[in-house]
Amino acid sequence: MNTFLQHLLNGIATGSIYALLALGYTMVYGVLKLINFAHSEIFMVGAFTGYYAAHALGLASNPSLLGAATVMLISMTVCGLLGFLNERIAYRPLRTAPRITSLITAMGVSLFLQYGGQMVFGPDPKFFPQVFPKSNLQLGGVVTTNYQLFVVAVAIALMAGLQWIVYRTRFGKAMRAVSHNFEMASLMGIPTDRIISMTFVLGSVLAAAAGNLYGLVYPRIDPLMGVFPGLKAFVAAVLGGIGNVPGAMLGGMLIGLVEEYAVAIDPWAWGALHVHVGRFKDAIVFAILVAILVFRPSGLLGRYEPEKV
Amino acid sequence: MTPKRPSLPTAQPPRREGPGPLALSAIALVALAAVASGCGGGGDRSGGAAASEVVVGEYGSLTGQTAAFGSQTHRGIELAVDEINAAGGVKGRTFRLVTEDDQSKQEEAATVVRKLISRDKVIALLGEVASSCSLAAAPIAQEAKVPMISPSSTNPKVTLVGDYIFRVCFLDDFQGHAMARFCFNTLGARKAAILRDIRQDYSVGLANFFAEEFARLGGQVASDQSYSSGDSDFKAQLTAIRAAGADVLFVPGYYNDVGQIAIQARDLGLTIPLTGGDGWESPTLLAIGGKALEGCYYSNHFDPSSSDPTVANFFRKYSDRYHEAPGALAALGYDSAKLLADAMTRATDITGPAIRGELAATKGWAGVSGLITMDQNRNPVKPLVVLQIQDGKISLRETIQPF
Repeated sequence: MNTFLQHLLNGIATGSIYALLALGYTMVYGVLKLINFAHSEIFMVGAFTGYYAAHALGLASNPSLLGAATVMLISMTVCGLLGFLNERIAYRPLRTAPRITSLITAMGVSLFLQYGGQMVFGPDPKFFPQVFPKSNLQLGGVVTTNYQLFVVAVAIALMAGLQWIVYRTRFGKAMRAVSHNFEMASLMGIPTDRIISMTFVLGSVLAAAAGNLYGLVYPRIDPLMGVFPGLKAFVAAVLGGIGNVPGAMLGGMLIGLVEEYAVAIDPWAWGALHVHVGRFKDAIVFAILVAILVFRPSGLLGRYEPEKV
Repeated sequence: MTPKRPSLPTAQPPRREGPGPLALSAIALVALAAVASGCGGGGDRSGGAAASEVVVGEYGSLTGQTAAFGSQTHRGIELAVDEINAAGGVKGRTFRLVTEDDQSKQEEAATVVRKLISRDKVIALLGEVASSCSLAAAPIAQEAKVPMISPSSTNPKVTLVGDYIFRVCFLDDFQGHAMARFCFNTLGARKAAILRDIRQDYSVGLANFFAEEFARLGGQVASDQSYSSGDSDFKAQLTAIRAAGADVLFVPGYYNDVGQIAIQARDLGLTIPLTGGDGWESPTLLAIGGKALEGCYYSNHFDPSSSDPTVANFFRKYSDRYHEAPGALAALGYDSAKLLADAMTRATDITGPAIRGELAATKGWAGVSGLITMDQNRNPVKPLVVLQIQDGKISLRETIQPF
């Protein structure tokens, strides 16, 4: 039972990071019907900004919770700006072009940031410093660190904040209106361009937070670090229903748990089926993507929207 | 006057603005950056040696995940090459080294080796550290009949590729068996867990050899988990290992993963010692793993603190030049270059087949990393040292002779 709970906590911690990333994908898809492939690189830039900010503030030798919060805010600001610029420069001019053009552009921006990052930051991995003191904690039979709990707490707080913004503010209402029907929303007087920019900024801010949290628990960062977590967060967004905000959160948690339990059941799977399921955990995640698109394309929480003719 | 009726949206697409000045300048910047980075690397001279020089190619991971391996090996080779040239070169000809970076990637290793052979026309190759990269490049060298000496690839499959492939280090079957004996006899462990890197031939081979010897001695492999190099999260595997109740954890991976594994293991309350192979060897191992690696052990090719005059001499020359202590990889890089030069001197003429013949006939050649005699598979038989990490420092625990 202890082991089961330990795996549960590990899965939730990883899942929270995927959820934060998935929210960016889902919101941008909701308003623009565009899969923003560059989102994973915003995540990477967030981690690197956190790294450089932490060193600039001397947190490696003077760790503090306040310092950690400052570093995260700095990252969020930088990435919010980067997200805004990304939309303005790469996506807005192609708003009226065929969908595939924007898709290719998004991939282009992603590659540009990855390899640009290799040139600017250097391709060798760097190690995120311990920005606040780490301590081991024991909760019953589950052993963890305050870092893991910090990750879960911050992720949940940010997701709650996002829920409030999307469902309880005028901006959120406008965002939902734009995602429902772009033309109608603009006819109703909603400044669609501004809403879209804000959506990108919001998504990028969450990606920056995810990048910092990731750097905390998995200190090794390098310019290509965003590729795999980004892909899995994308799967999470599709799993929950792309365009659906609570769906992204659910999808993220599920993907984190699937990865964790795939390894957990490995000894049993080896004995019973002679398959090292744990080694295929990445493949399982992508198989989920295929399965969802085949059997339930609108995702777990998405509504089936038939084409009206 | 009737107000103008607002026109209904037409079916025509709205007039496209086209890219604005901001977008255009951004695009221009990107294009310029792409061209600049492409041109930067294209300055190599076309190959072919002048009559007064011998061109030797080196390929290694100077950047990427295992950059520490390649850079250290390169420094060892560089030191050796400068010494060789200072002493008059090979048969009076200058030893010219052409170095290529494979970015710690197998595909890149194959690409740069092809380039070294076809464009630079190297007469011999030095490389690589990672067995996966050596295995990617060896068939190319074998086919072109270019002798290749791997300084530190320990997977037995490397030299089995063909008779032009050599190495100057011990093999993983010996290393795995020796570490199993160390864990069983010296550490008294009876239940072992293994956490292998399935993306590296080195790690998989070493794990298998460890497992077979540990079981043969009477121990039990309680848990066998795996990860892929570059993974960040090992908590799932470590939780399963914790549940299996092992006495020791064998992690035959590379230093940058091992450091993280150790930290995450301690975070999960796993206090058993970690043991590993020569993949741990790196000046940054302790910087990455820190206190989590206290009380851990790993096998290596030589003990840098040895008082043997050959070792002490090399240690002094290397640290004077590079201001850091040499690790096993530097020593092996140095030995590979020196052995190659020695074989070239012994050979009747400096051609691939002649050099190959002399390398294969090497007997009792004294290297920094030990005496090298090539067996029929072109592998040397050498002892192994087990190093321990105590109080943040690395020291010798035990030497294991070939058995």
